[in-house]
Amino acid sequence: MSDGVLPRVTPRSSFRARLRNFEPITLLWLLLAAVLLVLVAFPLIKLLISSFETREGVFTLGNYATAYGRARYIDALFNSLKLGALSASIAVLLAVPMAWAVSRTDMPGKGFTWAMVMAAFVMPPYLGAVGWILLAGPNSGFLNITWRAITGASDPLFNVYSFAGLATVIALHSFPLVFIFVKSALDLVSSEMEDAANILGAGTFATMRKVTLPLVWPAILGGFIIVFLETIALFGTPAIIGIPARINVVTTQLWQFFEYPVRMEVAAAYAMPLLLITIAMIGVQKLMLSRKGFVSQTGKGGERRQIKLGAWRWALFGWCGLVGTLSVLLPLLVLLQASFAKAWGRGLSLDNLTIRNYRLLLFEHEMALTSVWNTIWFSAAAATIALVLALLVAYIAVRRLSRFADALGFLAMAPFVIPGIVMAIGFYAAYASPPLALYGTALLIILAFAARFLPIAYANANAAMRAVHPEMEEAVRILGGGRLTAIRHVTAPLVKKALLGGWLIVFIVASRELSAAVFLVGPRTRTMSVLLYDLSEAGNFEVLAAFGGILLVVTMVFVAIGMKLAGRDFMLRRH
Amino acid sequence: MSRLVLDGLTKRYGHLTVVDTVDLTLEEGEFVSLLGPSGCGKTTTLRMIAGFVPPDAGRIEMNGQVISAPDNIVPPERRGMSMIFQSYAIWPNMTVEENVGFGLKLRKLPGEEIRRRVGEILEVVQMSHLGKRYPSELSGGQQQRVALARAIVIKPAVLLLDEPLSNLDANLREEMRFEIRRLHNEFRITTVYVTHDQSEAMATSDRIAVMHAGRVEQVDAPHMLYSRPRTRFVAGFIGRTNLIEGHVAGGAFGADGLSLPTTGVEGLDQGGPALISLRPQSLAIHRAAPQAPEGHPVMRATIAERTYLGESWDYVVRPAEGGLRLRVAAQPLDVHEVGSDVWLAIDPRQVSVVAA
Repeated sequence: MSDGVLPRVTPRSSFRARLRNFEPITLLWLLLAAVLLVLVAFPLIKLLISSFETREGVFTLGNYATAYGRARYIDALFNSLKLGALSASIAVLLAVPMAWAVSRTDMPGKGFTWAMVMAAFVMPPYLGAVGWILLAGPNSGFLNITWRAITGASDPLFNVYSFAGLATVIALHSFPLVFIFVKSALDLVSSEMEDAANILGAGTFATMRKVTLPLVWPAILGGFIIVFLETIALFGTPAIIGIPARINVVTTQLWQFFEYPVRMEVAAAYAMPLLLITIAMIGVQKLMLSRKGFVSQTGKGGERRQIKLGAWRWALFGWCGLVGTLSVLLPLLVLLQASFAKAWGRGLSLDNLTIRNYRLLLFEHEMALTSVWNTIWFSAAAATIALVLALLVAYIAVRRLSRFADALGFLAMAPFVIPGIVMAIGFYAAYASPPLALYGTALLIILAFAARFLPIAYANANAAMRAVHPEMEEAVRILGGGRLTAIRHVTAPLVKKALLGGWLIVFIVASRELSAAVFLVGPRTRTMSVLLYDLSEAGNFEVLAAFGGILLVVTMVFVAIGMKLAGRDFMLRRH
Repeated sequence: MSRLVLDGLTKRYGHLTVVDTVDLTLEEGEFVSLLGPSGCGKTTTLRMIAGFVPPDAGRIEMNGQVISAPDNIVPPERRGMSMIFQSYAIWPNMTVEENVGFGLKLRKLPGEEIRRRVGEILEVVQMSHLGKRYPSELSGGQQQRVALARAIVIKPAVLLLDEPLSNLDANLREEMRFEIRRLHNEFRITTVYVTHDQSEAMATSDRIAVMHAGRVEQVDAPHMLYSRPRTRFVAGFIGRTNLIEGHVAGGAFGADGLSLPTTGVEGLDQGGPALISLRPQSLAIHRAAPQAPEGHPVMRATIAERTYLGESWDYVVRPAEGGLRLRVAAQPLDVHEVGSDVWLAIDPRQVSVVAA
């Protein structure tokens, strides 16, 4: 072959040969390790150290003594656990019938149910909480007023300012997590499993109870654990509903430690149970899922048919409709009403209608528009940082380019077991005070967001990278292209779409993040979520509702972009 | 075309030596298969030739230049080779033409030249009509042809194939096997072909290197591997055989009721213990005492088991004396009932001595 495509073979083992054969990526992991240490490891280490130090840096156990020295603080701890268990139980009750109906039956309105689940998932939880205050406030909540008008009773039907009320409101926004877990497990159960029970004489519902649901038991438990952990780490809803109701939980107590004078060291000590419980529960869940449950043993084989429910399908649809109404439609409706009302308690009437609330926010409020802009660019910057980082780590990990690939991957996933609020306190401990003095800066918030949502980005990037067979790149290399050529022409085009979805998810969850932001923002760096919380403390529900409307519109725009570019269910896919 | 020399090539993963001092020389334009069960080190050897895996010891030379050694490894992109992967690795983001032309583009050939050569090679693999398609729109066999075209169009110094047919169904596999050999006859590219399928290796290769536990057991032309296996593993792995342990003394090989003259059997001239391989085809069953040529042993035997395989009978017979059980292949019409008494004739020309 004399085509000028003959191999140019390097001379034996010279320095120049080695330099020419050097792969630029072999040095990258050092840089990545440094960045991950700054973003993930150092805040955690600093949190741990702070909890054992006085402000002067002397070792002490005093912080722990203070943190656990009052009955009120201990109560908050148990309240969190109880709240988590109750919310998770309610979420399972809400979600499992829906998941079964959508996955296995001929229930009508599946598209509607999906839309409700998606909406409940996308809606910021604190916004739902505000909606429920308007719906079920003991005196002026719409539901209670209606109830009293119909029955003549003097007691409210449902008081949102109660433990059960708080748990229900949390469950109404977190049930989609259970739904996603259980539905994807149910999708794998072969109809032959159910046929086998039917042929032995079991009816539809006996089969569901005795065969189908037990098969997805690990998924139900997994969903329960996730909702439990979400709940104990949740700040917004407990703050908006729990504080007026005098229900103190860990997150609201942490917030109180941060009120002037800031007792960061005590907060650090007080955050430890949250961190340890999360790590332990995620461990339990991982153990459970690694046993693969029962479903995967049946594999993908066998067909899946919809179970004919007859009249019962309307009952199930009613249930889905009820959950959708309570979690999405009613809260949104009252928020919309309030946002256009002069006084929300006066209800729907023409003389109560105004656009004053929106005008105030858009043209007169000094922070509202700034916070919209802050939210968008903080979230975009955080999503970009997280994704670039995740992509590089995933590349090294999936292609096994370094002996330390696993350690990098571990660091990238570590924030998954760190509650957002704990992460925020860690960032505060590590970077807020001099010499860096980043408190209140955009940089600190962006880095905290990037670190907090790095696992989401990493899971996306890792899945995308795994989907590209290494031979795809090797085929480029053997034909004469370097690694960078392979990445540019093959890998990058192939992972582009998946990564876009990942970017949008991080952007969206970052744009509604409250618990991490509330500890780190300064007067000029407030995000929409923080400002919304400020407004709720002020108690002006009309302006609050209008601002919620603006926040929802901003979120929906990006969700719509995501659905257009990355597929309808891009936020609900399990990784 | 290139001459490829593997010299003492070794690869270890931890304590496991997956490729163990492999020596192999490929002449220019030769087609050699690496054949062996999974885990025998054949794919690792191929990936070392490609430059994806650095060796721990030994080296690889191409046309007299070292391209792989523990301290100096030429990266894959500078070896001028091409490779066909088990997954085909057709890039789904490019059309068939773009896939095939990519290697030429990397060589910065003018667009006109690229178009011409892509057109020619697609003609050769009978894919001209599908040039604008994307890989997801192609069948497995068509993707395989694209992979072949993409690998050959750059006129590589060496062509490497890693189990290229294992993802195809049986009929297509047979068709592609001839296709690969046809392309080799046309272009004469030095080729290394990795497979665990012996009929695939036999149909395509000039020589086959049988690998086992990281070592090359035997390198030979396909028919020699079958009729003259040199190791117990090769005898057992290539085709089916009767392995018989015995003893050579006084000009005869004796084993448990069986006696073979050593004249005419290569490697049976020394006395002492020996292991021989007796192919089922070298045994014949007769109803009556046959007129066997001089030196062809004949003995009485009983049919112990039988299995009908369609193309042949697979009998297990027990010689009247001793406890041996021998497998015999017979024509479909040579029907013998289990338990019937027959005569057994052995063709000593097909007997081969195996290193124990």
